[in-house]
Amino acid sequence: MGQTITEKIFSEHANRRVKAGEIVRVDIDMIIGNDITTPISIRAFEESGAKSLAKSDNFSIVMDHYIPAKDIASANQAKISRDFAYKHNLKYFFDEKDMGIEHALLPEKGLVIPGDIIIGADSHTCTHGALGAFSTGMGSTDISFGMITGGNWFRVPETIKVELIGKPAKHIYGKDIILELIRQIGVDGALYKAIEFTGDGVSYLGMADRFSIANMVIEAGAKNGIFAVDNITEEYLEERARVNGGLRAEPKIYYADKDASYCQTITIDISKLSPVVAYPFLPSNGKSIEKAVADDLKIDQVMIGSCTNGRIEDLRIASEIVKGKRVAKHTRMIVTPATQKIFLQAQKEGLIDTLIDAGAVVSNPTCGACLGGYMGILGDGERCVATTNRNFVGRMGARTSEIYLANSAVAASSAIAGKISDPRDI
Amino acid sequence: MQGKVWKFGDNIDTDLIIAARYLNTSEPSELAKHIMEDADPEFVSKMSYGDIIVAGENFGCGSSREHAPIALKEAGISAVIAPTFARIFYRNAFNMGLPIFELKEVDEIEEGDTIRVDMANGEIINISKSKKYRFTPIPEFMQELVDAGGLINFAKKEIAKGEV
Repeated sequence: MGQTITEKIFSEHANRRVKAGEIVRVDIDMIIGNDITTPISIRAFEESGAKSLAKSDNFSIVMDHYIPAKDIASANQAKISRDFAYKHNLKYFFDEKDMGIEHALLPEKGLVIPGDIIIGADSHTCTHGALGAFSTGMGSTDISFGMITGGNWFRVPETIKVELIGKPAKHIYGKDIILELIRQIGVDGALYKAIEFTGDGVSYLGMADRFSIANMVIEAGAKNGIFAVDNITEEYLEERARVNGGLRAEPKIYYADKDASYCQTITIDISKLSPVVAYPFLPSNGKSIEKAVADDLKIDQVMIGSCTNGRIEDLRIASEIVKGKRVAKHTRMIVTPATQKIFLQAQKEGLIDTLIDAGAVVSNPTCGACLGGYMGILGDGERCVATTNRNFVGRMGARTSEIYLANSAVAASSAIAGKISDPRDI
Repeated sequence: MQGKVWKFGDNIDTDLIIAARYLNTSEPSELAKHIMEDADPEFVSKMSYGDIIVAGENFGCGSSREHAPIALKEAGISAVIAPTFARIFYRNAFNMGLPIFELKEVDEIEEGDTIRVDMANGEIINISKSKKYRFTPIPEFMQELVDAGGLINFAKKEIAKGEV
């Protein structure tokens, strides 16, 4: 019996052939913490009596959630990570000087490599599977175990194969594909499993789309999402190597065997998709944009950003739609580039001017608004169209507020219309 | 452990367990003041130390925040029982020492029932309804971690042996 990509990555790390269901203990190539999860890891690390990190170059802290500090408690919390980073002379510590949302920043810096095993104390760590790595979210104590020992234990997951066929039409993006998948299988449809994305449709998806897709596999309960490396991945990596003066390590590229064993196969014809809008209060409540337009949903806020959809491609899509127009009177629009590099690139392309001229406010990179932290909190009963990943009760603010998840084109056109609108009509 | 039951539905996410607006600290006593707030704003004032949460499928879905099991434990929730748990929450609960149990028959348990968990025999006993259930045993490898006193104690032993 052949192997899936995920089984191959674990086999290589375990130095033996493994299959789904086995428990393995393996070394980790990159461990990720952030300003709100790392303090708990540091506490456990110090309690353990460990004096130094098992590996000095596999641990990164990205200060992205409540940074720049939103209040005194956040500043004090951030200090725990800062002090640890300075004390241990951490190679990969990113704060205000080099800001970005972790899952956009690390690939941008060439720190995510195909074939890696990556764990992060952030559930959206699964994003990095877009580059052919095994990448999954864990809690702070598991991260601490990685800091102390250099590795961790895993149950090798069974894999669901998702075959994407056809070419997506205009204004259909990775976001629509993953919302459609979650709509089909539900928020626990992939619990404990890997999802491997394959099919001819993948060749029409750029890295931004693939990152959005891998990013949200956790919303179906998956352990990881993964794409095989192809020429689009390679071009992306070449660019990252050029910009950063090299990649963190040499890529290890794996393809699934033809006779690999999958626990389930799902086929989605992406040429037939309409933009998908996930209604409150679960990411699985996807409806077509036609239905959302018919429901005449007036909105108070539009948020474009996050580890799901805060990339330069999203800013380009949004700018193109709002160019020369004005955000509706009773609506506000917040744009949060996911990294400083994206911010600068957008500025260079004139996108920031376009967005601000249209009435958007552009913020520094942060996870803030997406998780109801700061920089775009919703009040009682307010309704938001967000390019983020979760529309749970109270996720972005008041318990009675509502979040509709959508792609960046739907978000931008909704900001102009003041209600959920179809970008294909503009 | 024995306690009074509070019932919740399917897909109780980590934002409901502890909203991110409180994550500007990881201090357990601060977090414990706000558990289940967006599911039931009165919950903290209604519950008593030792109470047990019985919920539906996929408990703890969403974020990886370990603050969720930390807050539940600190507030005095003695156990969480559900048919399935989200993957990250499942690991975190073990790592934090919050007892969780997988049980298919949660629909037969009602809010206000008193239940007891008999760890040694792998049983959940509904004292109010005089019924007994067997919970799903945890994987063997996780039992080793529990026996070692949790993941960090497991690591401490390796440090002591000079293995790391």
